Amino acid sequence: MSKLKVENLDLYYGDFKALKDINIEVSEKEITAFIGPSGCGKSTLLKSLNRMNDLVEGCKITGTVTLDGEDIYKSMDINLLRKRVGMVFQKPNPFPMSIYDNIAFGPRTHGIRNKGKLDDIIEKSLRDAAIWDEVKDRLKKSALGLSGGQQQRLCIARALAVEPEVLLMDEPTSALDPISTSKIEDLAVKLKDDYTIIMVTHNMQQAARISDRTAFFLLGEVVEYNDTETLFSMPSDKRTEDYITGRFG
Amino acid sequence: MNNYKEKLMQFVFFIAAGTSVLAVALICIFLFANGLPAIGKIGVFEFLLGQKWKPSNNIYGIFPMILGSIYVTAGAIMIGVPIGIFTSVFMAKYCPKVIYPFLKSAIELLAGIPSVVYGFFGLMVFVPLIREIFHVRGTTMLAACVLLAIMILPTIIGVSESAIRTVPKEYYEGALALGATHERSIFRVVLPAAKSGIMAGVVLGIGRAVGETMAVIMVAGNQPRMPQGLLKGVRTMTANIVIEMGYAAQLHREALIATGVVLFIFILIINLSVSALNRRFENGSN
Ligand SMILES: Nc1ncnc2c1ncn2[C@@H]1O[C@H](COP(=O)(O)OP(=O)(O)OP(=O)(O)O)[C@@H](O)[C@H]1O
Ligand SMILES: [Mg+2]
Repeated sequence: MSKLKVENLDLYYGDFKALKDINIEVSEKEITAFIGPSGCGKSTLLKSLNRMNDLVEGCKITGTVTLDGEDIYKSMDINLLRKRVGMVFQKPNPFPMSIYDNIAFGPRTHGIRNKGKLDDIIEKSLRDAAIWDEVKDRLKKSALGLSGGQQQRLCIARALAVEPEVLLMDEPTSALDPISTSKIEDLAVKLKDDYTIIMVTHNMQQAARISDRTAFFLLGEVVEYNDTETLFSMPSDKRTEDYITGRFG
Repeated sequence: MNNYKEKLMQFVFFIAAGTSVLAVALICIFLFANGLPAIGKIGVFEFLLGQKWKPSNNIYGIFPMILGSIYVTAGAIMIGVPIGIFTSVFMAKYCPKVIYPFLKSAIELLAGIPSVVYGFFGLMVFVPLIREIFHVRGTTMLAACVLLAIMILPTIIGVSESAIRTVPKEYYEGALALGATHERSIFRVVLPAAKSGIMAGVVLGIGRAVGETMAVIMVAGNQPRMPQGLLKGVRTMTANIVIEMGYAAQLHREALIATGVVLFIFILIINLSVSALNRRFENGSN
């Protein structure tokens, strides 16, 4: 059964229709990549999956998004939804507090106060995000002192600390150097064992390297959604082919 | 030509910047030159810790006024700071768009009201109210505290609100995305991120409260004796100076200027402790 299912989703920013009739099913413990030119609605769809679009004034959504069969826009508690569907932003956004407090923020939010338990969660999350060795001696130092790549992995660790089921990542490597990028790619592949991952990327090789399924977006529509291998080797739509071969404007 | 222009502008900027430095320097010199000799004549301890102020008997102890200023300011801070911070949070994060312009201009208006008008308001409203409720003379420390609390509100609200607004929205969104509520995101992430700005607002408020004169004189009773409680009269350092300056001569006059010196040092200490505090914050988070 699919973990996340988007059906007939239309999204408006005021009068502007940013997403048109989106239908996507995301399977559990897979990496799904969203690709497509700038402004085609990838981030918008991603933010609809944990309702971050609720913050945007004038944003209207029709259609349904279900998580394990439950409509996230209906009865589901929004904070619980965001605990289950975590998000890593394009720009690393660690809080201006210590590394420890950054990671502890989520678990504390969800009621974990026990120091020993928090310590365990923090170590595990940082290890899972492949940054433990780099920060274990400076947990009490400010997170803002980390490099961009470290900050992004910290943000991934912070998202993991609340034990989400789905992890949304919006171009998590766009601001990073090749080494940090490959660390985060490796990380995504490793995390796939436990998490369902959806990742927006502008980097076609990245999508091809790590994702199981890929959705190609164009002007607010999903043109093609298929196994990554199939989509990249035998795209069924001419526009997809143009885009992945770089012949697209 | 360009170079010449640049040099000229540099000079103009330098002069402009120099003016305020010069003003501070002149004030310092004036205060200390006129005030310190008096402190010497009266005796440092007798002046600062003396509990009696009786110019007619040549007794000049300003301890009651020092305490008066501290108590009145502390009271104003205790009432004004929470209200101010909550208001600024409301304005930056909760306020419906329709209400905001009204609230904003109301607070700006509050900032523009002359202090003598505040004093009048206090005299006509708080003083009788306190007299009714507690059956005491209405001109009390309590009246001064409440009035000052209102007077420092605009400062605290204005500075705190802009501090809260400058916190990157990514922090707020990041907290929400972890499943935190609107409240938790604001109070645990956004507010701490704005703390040095909020702190600055509070300190400006303290500065205003310590320095306020007119409104306090009108509602505080002004007896030059040790403060004896919220429901008794109190005299602050500023009040001391203003009330007696008109007729003071010789040592009395100098003692009043020396009161100004103490006031000045108070403000200095407040400013220094704040920059120290801010440095601690920055070190703590860097
Ligand atoms: N808050 C908003 N208000 C109004 N329009 C918006 C808003 N956010 C996005 N849009 C519009 O919706 C469309 C899709 O934007 P979106 O950010 O989803 O694109 P994207 O595919 O993520 O692009 P990129 O690859 O550049 O990040 C764009 O035309 C954009 O201008
Ligand atoms: Mg985007």
